[in-house]
This record gives sequence, C-alpha cells and structure tokens, in this order.
Amino acid sequence: MTAGWISRQRHLLDFALSSLGRRRGKNLGLLAVYTLVVFVLASVMLFSHAIRHEARLVLKDSPEVVVQKLVAGRHDLIPAGHLEAIRGVRGVRAAEGRLWGYLFDPAAAANYTLMVPRDQPPAPGTALIGSGVAAVRDAAPGDTLSFRAHDGQLVQFTVAGTLERDSALVSADLFLVSEADFRRLFGVPEGRFTDIVASVRNPREIRTVAEKIDAALPDTRIILRDEILRTYDSVFDWREGMLLVLLSGAILAFGIFAWEKASGLSAEERREIGILKAVGWETSDVIRLKTLEGMVISLTAFLAGYVLGYLHVFHFGAPLFEPVLKGWAVLYPDFRLTPFVDELQVATLFFFTVFPYTVATVVPIWRAATVDPDQVMR
Amino acid sequence: MIRLTDVRKAFNQGRHNEFWALKGIDLRLAAGAVTVFRGPSGSGKTTLLTMVGALARPTSGRVHLEERDISAMPERFLTEIRRSTFGFVFQNFNLIKGLSVVENVMIPAYPVGLPHGRLKARAMDLLERLEMADKAEARAEWLSGGEAQRAAIARALINDPRVLIADEPTANLDSERSAQFLSIVAGLKRDGRTLLMTSHDPMVAEAAVVDRVVSLRDGRQVEAR
Amino acid sequence: MLFQPAIIALILASAVSTLMLASSLPFVVRVLRRWDMASGAETQLEMERRTYLVATLLKLVLVAQGAALVLFVFNADRMASLFTGAMCAVGTLKVDRWGFPALYLHMAVFFLSAFWLVLNHVDNLGWDYPLIRLKYAALLGLAPVVAVAGGVQLAYFLGLRADVITSCCSTLFSGNGITVTSNALAAMPHGVALGLLAAGLAAVAASGAHFLLRGSGGVVHALASAAVLGIGLAAVVSTISVYVYELPHHHCPFCLLKREYGHVGYALYLPLFLGTVCGVGGGIAARTRRHPSLALAAPRAARRLVGVSLACFAAFGVVALWLVLRSHLILFEAAP
Ligand SMILES: Nc1ncnc2c1ncn2[C@@H]1O[C@H](COP(=O)(O)OP(=O)(O)OP(=O)(O)O)[C@@H](O)[C@H]1O
Ligand SMILES: [Mg+2]
Repeated sequence: MTAGWISRQRHLLDFALSSLGRRRGKNLGLLAVYTLVVFVLASVMLFSHAIRHEARLVLKDSPEVVVQKLVAGRHDLIPAGHLEAIRGVRGVRAAEGRLWGYLFDPAAAANYTLMVPRDQPPAPGTALIGSGVAAVRDAAPGDTLSFRAHDGQLVQFTVAGTLERDSALVSADLFLVSEADFRRLFGVPEGRFTDIVASVRNPREIRTVAEKIDAALPDTRIILRDEILRTYDSVFDWREGMLLVLLSGAILAFGIFAWEKASGLSAEERREIGILKAVGWETSDVIRLKTLEGMVISLTAFLAGYVLGYLHVFHFGAPLFEPVLKGWAVLYPDFRLTPFVDELQVATLFFFTVFPYTVATVVPIWRAATVDPDQVMR
Repeated sequence: MIRLTDVRKAFNQGRHNEFWALKGIDLRLAAGAVTVFRGPSGSGKTTLLTMVGALARPTSGRVHLEERDISAMPERFLTEIRRSTFGFVFQNFNLIKGLSVVENVMIPAYPVGLPHGRLKARAMDLLERLEMADKAEARAEWLSGGEAQRAAIARALINDPRVLIADEPTANLDSERSAQFLSIVAGLKRDGRTLLMTSHDPMVAEAAVVDRVVSLRDGRQVEAR
Repeated sequence: MLFQPAIIALILASAVSTLMLASSLPFVVRVLRRWDMASGAETQLEMERRTYLVATLLKLVLVAQGAALVLFVFNADRMASLFTGAMCAVGTLKVDRWGFPALYLHMAVFFLSAFWLVLNHVDNLGWDYPLIRLKYAALLGLAPVVAVAGGVQLAYFLGLRADVITSCCSTLFSGNGITVTSNALAAMPHGVALGLLAAGLAAVAASGAHFLLRGSGGVVHALASAAVLGIGLAAVVSTISVYVYELPHHHCPFCLLKREYGHVGYALYLPLFLGTVCGVGGGIAARTRRHPSLALAAPRAARRLVGVSLACFAAFGVVALWLVLRSHLILFEAAP
C-alpha cells in the first residue's frame, strides 16, 4: 500500500470523526440505543454461558457413573449389598455409597444441601457450611446451629468452617456433616445409602460397564456423566437460542431504527455531501466515509455494550436476571459467576449486532452518497 | 480548451414535467480568458456551468476538454478530472459549517492523499495570499460574506486547477467587495488561469478583465461579445 | 435442529446474503439488456448510480461470508461435545452427509465473491465500464451458488440432533475408518504431499516471477495458484497437521485453529486463501487487458495482485516449513 493510500485513509477517518462530532445529538442517541442492544444480548449470552460453565465445573468432579435404586419408579435408598455387585462388574475401578439430601431450615426459610463428604468428613457434632448458608444464618466458625431431626429431637452442629470453592453456584447452599450425624438427622439406617457412585477404568468402556451393571441390578437406574453434560449443553444452548429468537424482535427494531437514522439525513448533512462531491469527492469516497462513521459507532457501541454486560453479569451478579433466578432457590441471589470470555461467543454476538446494523445502513448510505453534485449549485 | 457541441440537458426526462434547460449549445472557450455568462433568471446559465465543469453529464451532445470527450465518462473519472481541472466558487459559497476555514480549504484535496502537513502548509499559503491567514482557525459560519467568498476561492484553488468556475460571485457582496473580487480575478488571470462566471451584475460584465460575454435565453445562446 | 446462537447467526448471514443478491437480480437483468455508456439519459445515469450499491452489497457479502466461514468451523468444533464420538469439527461435520458439502460451499462462496470483487475493481479502472456485462453476467452465476450454499447449510443444521454417534478425525483419518475423499487425502504419503507442495509453490513462484518480469502468463499463474490451494490443503491434512500434533495418526485440518496449538492454523490458511484470491485475481485482471480502456490499468492491477499472491504463498511456505522443522516428530529418517 502506498503512502498516498494511507494518508487518504487518515484524512477520511479524521473527517469521519469530525463529522460524527458535528452531529453529536443524533449520534449519541444512536450510540445509546446500539449500546443498549449489545448490552442486553451480551448479558444474556454471558449469563447463560457462565451458568453452563458452572455446570461443567460441577460435573467435572462428579462421578462418571451414578447408580440409584428405583422403587415403583421413584428414587429410593440403595442397600449396601449392591456395592459388592457393582464392584464385581469387570471394568469398574471403584464404587462407594453416598449420603446426601435436602434439609429445610424454617429459621432461614431456605433449603440446604446436606452431604457427607467422601474424604475428610467433619467430626461428629460439627459442620462445614457454604457461603450462602453462612450468610442467611449469619453464622461464623464456632457458632452453634440446631435442627430438628426426623423424630423431632434437636440435633446441634458447631460450625467448623466455611467453604471456599471456585464455583459459588455449587457450594453456596452446602452443609457438610459426618456420617453419624446424617443418619441420625434423617433416620437413614446403617447399610443404606442415597445412591452409589462408580468410576470406570477405561473411559471408552463406560457404556458397556453401564449396561453390565444394569443387567446385574435390574432395580436400578444408571446415570452417566457424559449424558448429563450433553443434556446440559443442549438444554442451555436451546434456552439461549430461544431467548435470542425472542430478542430478535429487538434486533429487528434496532435495524429499522438504524435504517431510519441513516436515511433520515438532515438537510444540512445532505448539503454537506453535495459539497464534498462537487469539490472533488467521488461516490465511493463518500460511501467509504459513511462506512467509517458506521464502523466507529459500531465498534464503540459493541465495546461499551460488551463491557457493561460483562460488569452486569460478573460484578453485579446479573441483577436484571435476579427475578428469574429467585424462583430457583432462596440462597442463590448472592452468588458470583466465574468470569469467562469465549471467542466464539464474542464473534456470535458481533454477528448479531454489527451485521444487522451494517445491512440496515447500506441502502441509506448509498442513497446519500449518490446525491447529484450539481445540486449544490442551486 | 473547452468545446461544447450541441449540448442539451433535460430534467425529469420522460415524465410529464420534462424540461429542457439547454437546447443545443455550441461554444468554444479559450484557455487563459475570462468569460461571463449572462441572461435572465432561468435561462440555463448555472446548468451550462455544471456541464462545462464536469459536475453533470449532458443528456445529449459532446463536451470536450482539450481533446478528451468528457460527456460520456463514468462518474469516477469525471470526478478525477473535475478535481484536478476545475475549482468551484458557489453562489452561496457552500462552506461546511462546524469546520474551521483551513479545514474547509483542505477538503477537496483529501481524496488525493497528500500528507497532512504538506496539505495544510499549502492551504495556509493560499489563505495568506487572499489575506485570510488570520481567520484560518475561525469557524466557517462566523465569516462575513466577503471573507466566506475568499475562503471559497482558496478552497477552489487548493488542487491548483486550470479553470475557476464562479456562479454569481458578486450576488451577495456590496460594490466595494465586488471590486475586491474583480481584482482577485485579475490576479488569477495573470497566473494563466481560465475563469468562467455567471452574473447579473453589469459591473462584472463590463469589467476590464472580462474578455468575453456570452448571453443565454431559454436554453439557447443569443449573442456573444 | 439445534437451537444455538452461532447456528442462528450463520443462518441469518447466509439468508441475508442470498436476499441481498436476489434483490439485485432485476437490476442485473436491466444492465445486461439496456446498458449504454454513450447515453446521458437519466435512466442510464440512474443505472450507473446503482452499480455502486451492487458493489457495496457484494463487499458486504464477501466480508459476511468470510466471517461466516470462520464461525462455521469454529462452531462445528465447539459443538463436538454434543455428539458421542465427535472430538472436533470433523466429527460434527460427519454427523450427516450435508456437513462437508456445506463447508465446501462456504469456501466456494468466499472465493467466488472475492473473484467478483477483483473483476469489479478492474472494471472500475477503465473509463467506459469495459467489463460491465461480463461482471453482471457473473452475478447471475454467483447468486445461485450463494443460495445453494445457504440451503445446504440449513439442511445440515436442521438435521443435527444431539447425541448422534459419529466418527472423528482420529479414527476417520487413521486409515481403517470409513472411506471418504478426505481419507484418501490423509492417506497420501508424507513424502508425496511435501514434494507436491514444494513443486506447486515452485510453479507459483516461477509463473509469478515470469509474469512480473515479462508481463505474460498471468493465466498460468492463476491456474498454479488454484492448484496450490488444493495441494496446500491436502498437505495440511496429510502431513503438516501430523507434524503440529506430533501424533502420527491425527490428521485434522481444524484442530490447528484451536488455542491448544497456538491458533497456528490461521497463519497457514489466511496466506493460503489470500494468495489464491490474489493469484487467480491477477490472472483475471491480466486477461482483461485486451480492452482498449484497460490496456494500461489492467496489467498494473494484475502485477500488484500477482505480487501480493507471491508474498502470501511465500508466507504460507515459510510457516509450513517452520512447523515441520520445529516439530519433535520425525517422519523421515536422515540418510545414513
Ligand atoms: N433539478 C432540476 N429539476 C428540474 N428543473 C430544473 C432543475 N435544475 C434546474 N432546473 C430548471 O432549469 C432552468 C435553468 O436553470 P438554471 O439554474 O440553469 O438557470 P439560471 O440561468 O442559472 O438562473 P438564475 O439566474 O436564476 O440563477 C430553470 O427553469 C430551472 O427551473
Ligand atoms: Mg443560476
């Protein structure tokens, strides 16, 4: 590229910026709407993406195979005897029983997830609690929390500490207790578990192993991690897509708005283009100028909208989506999503906002650029 | 240097309000001369200037610049010729509001791609010659009529054109300013430039620098001096 | 169908591209029938003005399709998690028979619209629109391709269902998978692939240098450029990718674009594609010099295009060589 070409582009850019500045009112209005559109779409995408990411984090440490006992189609406690049967299946590396469940705390009007951790369970009489639990009960290490057991007797826990994890979504409502306390609280007899988890030696054989377990224990249901992952992915993608289709009304309205703005040239602007053409600018110079103006607006709006969306979702906990979340669980509103930026997502968002804007402004720009230069002589 | 052969121009061609603003003009314009077009309002003076100055293409007929036929050229090339050969001073000057005088002067040179520094130096030089240097940074809309015209002349000269075209240059000026304009014209003529003007003003038509007066009526040439 | 943002964006892009082209077809027909440069009639002036719109729309189509091509591959890679057995884009594209055709059509649209813009650029250099009929006739050919590309892509996306068992690049290209054309590419011996690539690049360099020095043989350079595109892609699939992954049986053309491999694929594909556009474009430009109004301008444009294409192919060659040399994988034993 020659030096002449470069200084030509520079002149054009200079002129485009000063031209935008001269019509500040109109362009700021456009910029505000544009930024708002990007902001809403970016928030939706970042949020659903972050949720999906959280789910993946959760599932990453979750067991490859979960075996549940079914009685009349309902989930029931599984006898310890099944453990031996599962360990006996070829390809299974290890299997163990899990104890977990939900506990309603009337004092906080909230549900906690009670669990007996596999390694390093808390000593009997103590508990480790998630940040959400700590917040609603205003509990600090050393405090005592008491609950009513299944038989009405009071069970007391001393808070041994709070949980810090990379995913607040998972740990917020956790309440970790010892096996003995769990059984006493819920009346789960010895020799029974909530479910059984198994790990498999060769990941490629998960399906075969699952089939064998199913054949050996016909009264059970088997859940594979891969299946959950895939289901999650497609469910969240579907939701996000649905939302985007709903929002496409907004995108369309925005396109019409941009068209209006671009074609509603003021008499002053029309005169200016006429002057430019009369004194020696060519139609394609004017098209380039207007395209540059559009690019400046697009990039500014995109950047601003994306940053605002990012702050909204990751720093302020997506307050605009709070009503949706509130229905999910009482403890959640305070959690923070793990910040996560994905190139594909940025590219898609760019497509959803900048592309419609550009398409909507092509014809108006061309119309403006082809005004007759001899018009300024009148 | 400019030759028009049977030039005609129609507006709203093929519609019920079709109007022929020029009905067959044959004309030769010499290089280095000052020519004034005269005639009643609506006679087609401005339209003729747009044909000559490559701002518009004739509906039929030929316009030759030197040996080149510019009447059937795509806009792209017409613009290049216009930019390098003609400078325009419009009736109401048509400076761009919100820009400074010197920025206005530089505008016609932007598509050429000169480095910014050199271009600005050239614009300042022109403003200096027209005694406008102290107004270089003023906003265009603050200028008086005479100043605006001199800014417009500087803009017309930025690409160093051989021909300067002015439509009713003195219409918005008092007689003192008109005299100043005519002295600028004399200076440009001395530089060897060709000047084409339209005017109602007898003071312009009868000025000493004017070499030729062409009269139009109803889109036709009626007499020539 | 899978309801995903990126999929919706891709469908949107091709629908809008098709619409933009379709809406200019009536004008195309008008130009072919009524264009008369000598006339100063208002209808003619109006047509000349419209050409600016068509050119702008095609630039937009090119940009959109170029971006869509990247997005398509990117998205195919990302969707791999939805299909059992798919580990990367190849697996996703193999889900049904429309996947790879959709990709190839995306590439075709990209190249054809780029060639059209070269034609348009050259035409604009002549003072009498010398190529106007040719380029508008070409639009009549381009529009259906864009429409078909959009249709095939839609068919592909509509047919996608999560959890379809598919095969992926590791098995697909390992030689014992299903026989497909790409498999034949992957099975190409490394020596043959690299040799062909070297020969192709040499042919491009020679024809390009000849054109720059003598001003003739632009068409040969164009053919060589087109050939190098094919050879280059085959070499990437069969050999260069193997060097990058350092796994003898991993022949994936897409994983190269991933972060794990430093996005090195872009450094390969961008110069290769741009070089092909400019090389073929240079040939097109050189062919147009027989029009009197382009006698001077067309060769100048052609030289510039050929120059850029040479630089691009050189960059492609250097990157490919660098990838082979820095690799820890040894496919050829040094001669004793
Ligand atoms: N765009 C147009 N559409 C229709 N009619 C036009 C157009 N432009 C000019 N005309 C007509 O062409 C005729 C000639 O106009 P032109 O501007 O050339 O006159 P003029 O001699 O310069 O007049 P004045 O002395 O008032 O400036 C006028 O009757 C005008 O109404
Ligand atoms: Mg007039």
